[in-house]
This record gives sequence, structure tokens and C-alpha cells, in this order.
Amino acid sequence: MRQWTSFAGIAITALLALFLVVPVLLSVYAGLTVNYARGFSAGFTLEWVRQVWELYADTVWRSLVVALLTLMLTLLIGVPGAYALVRNGGRFARAVEEIVTLPVAVPGLALALALILSYGGFGAFRQSTLFVVVGHVLFTLPFMMRSVIAVFDTIDWRTLDEGAASLGSPVWRRFIDVILPNVRPGIVAGALTVVTLSIGEFNLTWMMHTPMTKTLPVGLADAYASMRLEIASAYTIVFLIMVIPLLIGLQTIAGLTEKRTKS
Amino acid sequence: MASRRFDLFLILPLAIFTLAFLILPLARLAVEAGSGPQGLAGFFAILTEARFRNSLIVTLALAIVTTVATLTVATIAAQTLAGRQFPGRGLLLSMLTFPLAFPGVVVGFMIILFGGRLGLVGSVSKSLFGTNVVFAYSLFGLFLGYLYFSVPRVLLTILAAAEKLDPALVEAARSLGASPFAIQRDVVLPALFPAMYTGGALCFATAMGAFGTAFTLATTIDVTPMLIYTEFTLSTNANMAAAISIALGLITWAVLAIARSRAMHDAKGA
Repeated sequence: MRQWTSFAGIAITALLALFLVVPVLLSVYAGLTVNYARGFSAGFTLEWVRQVWELYADTVWRSLVVALLTLMLTLLIGVPGAYALVRNGGRFARAVEEIVTLPVAVPGLALALALILSYGGFGAFRQSTLFVVVGHVLFTLPFMMRSVIAVFDTIDWRTLDEGAASLGSPVWRRFIDVILPNVRPGIVAGALTVVTLSIGEFNLTWMMHTPMTKTLPVGLADAYASMRLEIASAYTIVFLIMVIPLLIGLQTIAGLTEKRTKS
Repeated sequence: MASRRFDLFLILPLAIFTLAFLILPLARLAVEAGSGPQGLAGFFAILTEARFRNSLIVTLALAIVTTVATLTVATIAAQTLAGRQFPGRGLLLSMLTFPLAFPGVVVGFMIILFGGRLGLVGSVSKSLFGTNVVFAYSLFGLFLGYLYFSVPRVLLTILAAAEKLDPALVEAARSLGASPFAIQRDVVLPALFPAMYTGGALCFATAMGAFGTAFTLATTIDVTPMLIYTEFTLSTNANMAAAISIALGLITWAVLAIARSRAMHDAKGA
């Protein structure tokens, strides 16, 4: 009986892995074949990737710029904000956390609509890349703050802070020299999450973008709707090349923190 | 005194950003929703107008079925992976979790490659039985897409809980003669329940608001987020789009609240 159940478990897990991975491999294959419908016999080429680069290189650069600006803003807003919430605690801090986390639950389209209705009249801002960045910060900020707060919960920051205070260090110095280095794992994990989410963000961006501020996923949607399968696949390869290193980084960090807490 | 000023300095960027780009816009959205030709009745259009109501029913059903299916397979996979060491485990785990970073549009494309006109299933079935099986653009295709982006997130949450589960408890139940079904019901699932609840809630909320997958699959099935998009861009009916968004958000929130109170109740009863 026991063997029967664990066999079924292994089979379901394996099927699940295939379901998730096979389409990805198919898209890599389709992006490199000369003709997908004709299969292997037609041979392989980098021509589609070259065409994608010609058509959509600007979306790749814009996505990188948006992701980096989003990261900078989430660091400047989220890290001090997380510390403020941890320092004060209580009902007020919990309420602030609830509000800041709202964009995780509210549909992205609704947030985008709200931003467009509020700032659509500010032409220069509405048409700039910065408008898209604001949407991305709104959506990713909760992840940065949660990641940092999670680390605060595992360290005794109050003792560290009081120790430094008793040596005469002023409060802002302690924040920079004592607190920040101690929550670094949370900041790094949060940063990788923010960049990954920003590069893949579609729901908000699709509503908020203008023809001049297309990001990679917006370009992908465009290619899926109007380009041949090989080009759409080659474009997907470009996307994979951008996110896979970030995901490996995230997993490595998760592995490192796990080891550290165990030892 | 310096400390108070420092606290203010810490929270000021967050306060300004949240006020300007979250609270005010959401308030603006609510005003917009209430100022259509129907006035406040616009909020209820999602229930009173047949087209909107049907879309809401499909979206709710899809989100619920996705959540149940995701929880089932993720719980099975998490128990299979937890506490087992084998070569390639890390790789398998990466394979199961990396679609986490895929936007909905990419997930839609994956389903097209899987079950679309030139898809894998179609070409295999064509060579075996002579018929090209295409399901990517149907409700089933949409469901598979939702499953695709839900499994990685939920699996990570449940796996973390499954790894904390003491194997001695399962061993004890087994040596006392409990059947695998009884072990699941009485030992494993109660321990995994908080993680399943968190994962399920996240899965449900994401499925209710998902847009990219339906957009890429370009199905004839109008999920509610698609409807918001078409109301806003094609019909330029910002009032209605705003009203539906708010209704969708509130309904999602209400379902989660009901689920939470039921969960609390069950946890107390057990």
C-alpha cells in the first residue's frame, strides 16, 4: 500500500515537471529551427533571434532600465520603510503593511486604471518611462518590504542597535553601519525578486505603456499576436536568457540562508 | 526627539509614495466608478447585466477549479519531494519553480505550443490517430494556463511546510495501522493546512485578476479582467471599467474572507 502511494506521488510529480518544462524546451527549439512545421529536417538557424533583435532590441533595453529604476526606488522607499515599521510595531505598523501589500491582491488592471485616471492628464509624466516605473514600484514594493521584514524578524536588531547607541553612535549612523549590513540577505533576496518581477510584469504595463514605452512583455504580446511562431519563440528565448540568471541567483541565496540557519 | 524625527525620515518616502500612487488613485477609481450614467448602480452592473454576470461566473468557476487542482497536485508533489534525497533533486525543484517568473502572456504562449494548432499534443495525436487535437483556445486551455502559473508559487509555499513536518508522526500513525488515506486526513493535511490556505488564497486572487494568459490565447471566453480591458480601451467606457474592477476586487476579497473564516472555524473544530 505504501509503495503504491509513493509511486503515484512520484509519477504525478514527474508529470507536473514535464508539463512545466516541455513547453519551454519546445519554445527554445521552435526559436532555433528554420521551419517549425517541417521539424528537424529543415535544420537550425540563429536568423530568427537576429530578426527579433532588429525588431525588439529597444524593448529589451527599456525593460532593463525600468527594472533598475524600479529596484532603486524600492530600495530607497522599502528598506527605510520596513525598518520604520519594525521599530514602531503595533497596530499602526500593521495597518500600513496591509495597505502597502494591497497591490498584491488588487488586480493589476485595476491599479493601472486607477493610475491612468489620476495621472493621465499629466502628459509628459504619462508618456514617460517613469510612469511605467511607478506602476512597477507599486507592484514590487510589498515583496521588497516583506523580504526585509522577514530578516528583521530573525535577528535581534534591538540589541545590536542599543549596543551601538551605548557606544555613542547617532541613530542614522547606526542605521547605515549596523542595521543595513545585518539585513543584507533580505535586501539582496528582495532585490532579485523585484528585478525578476519587473522584467516579467505585464498586467499593469500593458495598460500603462505608450508606443514609446514598450517593455519586453508588451513586445512579447505583440509578437505572439502578429508574428510567425519562430519569431515569437526566438523572442521568448531572449526573455528566458534575461530571467534565468536571476532565478538561479534567487535559488542560490535561498540555499545559502537555509544552510546558515541550520548551522 | 532625534529618534522621532528619524522615524519620520524613515517612513516619509513610503508615506508619500503610497499616498500619491496608491491611496489617491484608488479613491479616484471609486469616484470614476460611481459617476457613470448609471451612478452608484454601476457598481452592481457586474451582477445585473447578463454579459458581465456570465463573465464573473466563468471567472469565479475558473479561479476555484484552478485553486483546487493546484492545491491537489502541489500537495502531492510537495510530500513526494519533502524528506527525499536523490540525485537531481535540485534540478527537479528548479524545473518545478522557474515558471514563477513568467508573465501571463508567456504562459499563454506555452499553452499554445502545448495544445495549439501546431502544438505538441496535436502533432502526436495526428501521427497516432490521424486527428489534430487542439485545446489551447478553449476553457480547458485557459485552465491549463492558470495551472501552469499557479503550481510553482503554491508548491514553494507547501514544500516549506512539508519539510518541517516531523516524519516520526507519519511513521507512528503507520505503525499503528492507519491507512494512507487516514494518515493524510488526520496527520499530514492538518499540519500542512496553514500553508495550503496561504497558497490557495494567493492562487485564487491571482487567477481572479489574471489577464495576460487569456489575452495571448485570444479565446472567445471573456474572463472579467479581459472585460475590464475591452470596456476601457475599445468602448472607452472608463466608468464601467472602473466599476467592474472595484467589484472584482471586492468579490475576490469577500471570497477570501469567507474562506478564512471557514478555515478558522475548521481549525477550531479539529
